[in-house]
Amino acid sequence: MQIDIMEIVWVFVIGGIICIIGQILMDTTQLTAPRILVLFVVIGGVLGGLGLYEPIVHLAKNGATVPLPGFGYSLVRGALKGLESDGFLGILTGGIKETAAGISVALVFGYIIALCFNPKSKAK
Amino acid sequence: MNDKRIGKRTIKFPTLPEIIGAASVVGVKEGEGPQAQWFDKILQDDYYGEKTWEKAESKMLKNSISMAVENAGMQVQNIDVLLSGDLLNQLMSSSYMARDVGIPYLGLYGACSTMTESMLVGSIMVDGGYCVSAAAAASSHFATAERQFRMPLEHGNQRPPQAQWTATAAGSVVIKKNYGDTGAHDRHICITHGTIGRVIDPGITDTNFMGGAMAPAAYDTIRVHLADLDRKARDYDLILTGDLGIAGRHIMQDLTKNKPEFEGFKDIYEDCGAIMYDSNQDTHSGGSGCGCSASIICGRIIKELRQKKYKRVMLVSTGALVSTISKQQGETVPGIAHAVTLEVF
Repeated sequence: MQIDIMEIVWVFVIGGIICIIGQILMDTTQLTAPRILVLFVVIGGVLGGLGLYEPIVHLAKNGATVPLPGFGYSLVRGALKGLESDGFLGILTGGIKETAAGISVALVFGYIIALCFNPKSKAK
Repeated sequence: MNDKRIGKRTIKFPTLPEIIGAASVVGVKEGEGPQAQWFDKILQDDYYGEKTWEKAESKMLKNSISMAVENAGMQVQNIDVLLSGDLLNQLMSSSYMARDVGIPYLGLYGACSTMTESMLVGSIMVDGGYCVSAAAAASSHFATAERQFRMPLEHGNQRPPQAQWTATAAGSVVIKKNYGDTGAHDRHICITHGTIGRVIDPGITDTNFMGGAMAPAAYDTIRVHLADLDRKARDYDLILTGDLGIAGRHIMQDLTKNKPEFEGFKDIYEDCGAIMYDSNQDTHSGGSGCGCSASIICGRIIKELRQKKYKRVMLVSTGALVSTISKQQGETVPGIAHAVTLEVF
């Protein structure tokens, strides 16, 4: 298998930029982490719906789909697909279908980790 | 009409209720800080051998009370009333501690101002003749407070630069009617006056900036306490606020600048939150929580009074009266501060 160095660089750069925006928001505004989370998902959804997120995904692959806007993008993409295949009901079911793997992984692994470990008090 | 009130808001305790015992218990991080030598017990582990942090906090509180009672040379069943508070919903740590201790109990909530609040109520009860002895206590725990007010630790939340670190700490004192005999200690540390604070809201909505939310309340209480007693800041050897932290300490110094009654204030002023940790412990703006002022008052200040370092001190624990609901509804953070004056005879 051939490794495309430029692809890795783009994944790193785009993923990194998304995280930097989040960090700047945390440091300079009073927005709490959950609000930034929701904001990112919504922005990803809006950009996805307008077709502006697709080129970023094409360029940066997982660098664009793994961060939170990627989740919003997938939700909207699923809803649009659902609309095509199942009509109106598809708008409601499509988003969840498209993101089912991510949601299930978060639930299952969250549960397993909670069973295995106890939180420790922070050092910092 | 009423000979126990002075001025507008200050009360005096003519029978001079006496602090005859005190003890503090702190967590790992506090035990690594600059105040470590003063604490009576330092935990090796913040779970304190318990299954949950809430149980650990309750156990710390219980331990601090039994150590304070022992320090007073008394038996816990001979204490007439227990006054205690913490930061958790329905005062979980205090209530479960009181279940185990088994003596009459009043739960108090004053956010981080609870230590001087419980000392005030205890002094009122002893001075009024409603009891002979009272135990006053307060506690907080970093991990339980994070879960209560911010995010559970599992979430791995980042802390903003103005944030303060909730101290894992508990402190207790035993207040007893002054019979004039020396008891377990050769000096009498008496509570002479107290001022009940007003809730003051400077309109801050950032729940991480508690120093700024509480400093105006602390200033108001100290100002009124001094004015009612016709004293100046210089008449005190130490004025100690609860947990304004490093940022709040600056605000406090600014508020008192160029005020004649506060002349020389900065030489006798300190804040428990600002001195609880070293700058290299990365707590940002210092310590907070009921346990912060409780452990420094009960651990350090009482010992220093016994060692004759101070003759007269004013203790002003400060609280930010924020709740998880008020925060979600975008309310501002009101502050409160209660003052007690301790004097050595």
